[in-house]
Amino acid sequence: MIGETETILEVDQLITSFETERGLMRAVDQVSFPVQAGMTLGIVGESGCGKSVTAMSIIRLLPQPAGKILGGHVYFKGQDLVRASDSEIRKIRGGEIGVIFQEPMAALNPLHRVGRQVAEVFRIHKGLAKKDAWDAATEMLDLVRIPAPARRMMDYPHHLSGGMRQRVVIAMALACRPSLLIADEPTTALDVTVQAQILDLMEQIQSEMGMATILITHDLGVIAETCDEVVVMYAGRVVERASAVELFANPLHAYTRGLLASIPTLDTPSKSLLSTIPGTVASLADYSHGCRFCQRMGREKNVIRERPQFAEVSTGHWVETCPICYQP
Amino acid sequence: MLRATGAVRAVDGVSLEIAPGETLGLVGESGCGKSTLGKAIVRLIKPTEGRILFEGRDISHVSQRALQPLRRNFQMIFQDPAESLDPRMSVRAIIEEPFIIHGLGSRAERIQWVDDLLDRVGLPSSSAERYSFEFSGGQRQRIGIARALALKPKLMVCDEPVSALDVSVQSQILNLLVELQRDFGLSYLFIAHDLSVVKHVSDRVAVMYLGKVVEVASAESIYRDPRHAYTKALLSAIPSHDPTARRERILLEGDVPSPIDPPEGSAFGHRINHPRYAETIGLDLGLRQVAPGHQVAADPCCISDEDWGKIRQDELRGEGDS
Repeated sequence: MIGETETILEVDQLITSFETERGLMRAVDQVSFPVQAGMTLGIVGESGCGKSVTAMSIIRLLPQPAGKILGGHVYFKGQDLVRASDSEIRKIRGGEIGVIFQEPMAALNPLHRVGRQVAEVFRIHKGLAKKDAWDAATEMLDLVRIPAPARRMMDYPHHLSGGMRQRVVIAMALACRPSLLIADEPTTALDVTVQAQILDLMEQIQSEMGMATILITHDLGVIAETCDEVVVMYAGRVVERASAVELFANPLHAYTRGLLASIPTLDTPSKSLLSTIPGTVASLADYSHGCRFCQRMGREKNVIRERPQFAEVSTGHWVETCPICYQP
Repeated sequence: MLRATGAVRAVDGVSLEIAPGETLGLVGESGCGKSTLGKAIVRLIKPTEGRILFEGRDISHVSQRALQPLRRNFQMIFQDPAESLDPRMSVRAIIEEPFIIHGLGSRAERIQWVDDLLDRVGLPSSSAERYSFEFSGGQRQRIGIARALALKPKLMVCDEPVSALDVSVQSQILNLLVELQRDFGLSYLFIAHDLSVVKHVSDRVAVMYLGKVVEVASAESIYRDPRHAYTKALLSAIPSHDPTARRERILLEGDVPSPIDPPEGSAFGHRINHPRYAETIGLDLGLRQVAPGHQVAADPCCISDEDWGKIRQDELRGEGDS
């Protein structure tokens, strides 16, 4: 990106571990990336790569008591969220940082009217009186293009379609005009045409409000459509980071290349064999310290024994420089 | 298909054919009836009206008993293989079961067949003595495919077979399905919401909207030259994989309507609030041919004036002939 940008969030050497039957697992293993104000950063990877745990670590919503941040920093506007008190983090979460999850019903209470739930955000974070909070909530539903917002305020979540529910959740996340929105697979449960509506809505609101977004998804198409910067995660580590344009044009890590090549696009010859990545993502317990993608490819554990260095190989393009997987 | 409010027509007046060795892709949004149609074809659901002909024989209303020997010809694989694999059975027992039900082979032969099937779907024979929950999603899908293949079916209904899988595993399963079709001459009805995946595996594609097929054509033709407004919107919603070429999307307002209370006329015309919607009430909105092998709903709200004019002309000519 050319021009001056301000870093709003800086994830620095973050380590998050989970207590499991097989011992302590590092689900996030020294992950670092900056998020620029007003920009969209995508985190992409397969299930279990640690993309959601990274997001949950940022806002300290890890499952308790199993999940713990063991190291690193998350600087948000200069404050280290890892060291913030519980009450401080509660104020920031849903206030300066908005959050959207894949399944809107997880964020909505089925027993309460939509209006009450959106209004509650204004009462808690802004201390608005009941009537004012209700009016502010109605305005928010209008902002997320819900038709007849005053009437929808009286609905219960089950009255709404999946797309409408996700709009309500977005309204709640944006209520306090956050400067950062974290969206974890926000459109995965939706149909393609509804996905297009929601992505479009998020883009419009983002430019209206000037907030930054961290978008977590497994869908490279969604990344290509919406993101400025991309972080590719594999087995708890960042293997590559670059601008979206650079990453799709010039992927440098074998895993990124494998991911891009394995997806059929509209231009792929019909019924041709797609390239595949052999094996599956192993359990974190089975990984050694060295290059984890080498392990997936069945290379001997002792080939790359040292953890590959994560280095900036050209301006703004970072790669884990394993001598085998880094392919310039 | 019964609810407290009465019967819902989840699939309404659909006519499709699948040739031997062909893949017919079936796309549409959730609730459009594509899975119901798939289940009806393998007779997991009995259709209320209409016929399903398998090799010329009507299977839609035969009794379960008469259906039994025919069943081996059509099999189904599902989105979440975990739900169709009994966790208390070993992988061997799961794959062997169809042989036992159909009284095929000696014990020794069945052991050999299971080993062959595992090998064919790319699983080591040591998998046979393990349980399905010990496997990853992709491996479980392979087990489901092995079981479906056991009786050498002619038609396989694949209902979202890769949508629950990670992208790198998805391509492994797609390749396996393509290879099996080539080796065994299988026909597939491939149901999916991912239009890029459907394009990749299909010879022809049918697009469903609210229980009706609104367009059918060769995969090449439907993606290059979609004729129905809904197909166009669906295709434009596919995210492009090139960040420098972000496409203009046709944004649809609203959601897929409920089949409980469908609009009287054109369902899609109703959703987009088309000025000619009123004309479509009482009109036969069935499929008409607009180009060789390319059929689209005769719906003035959803097709070009040119196609509509052509359909009208063909009809007038038909009336003149009779």
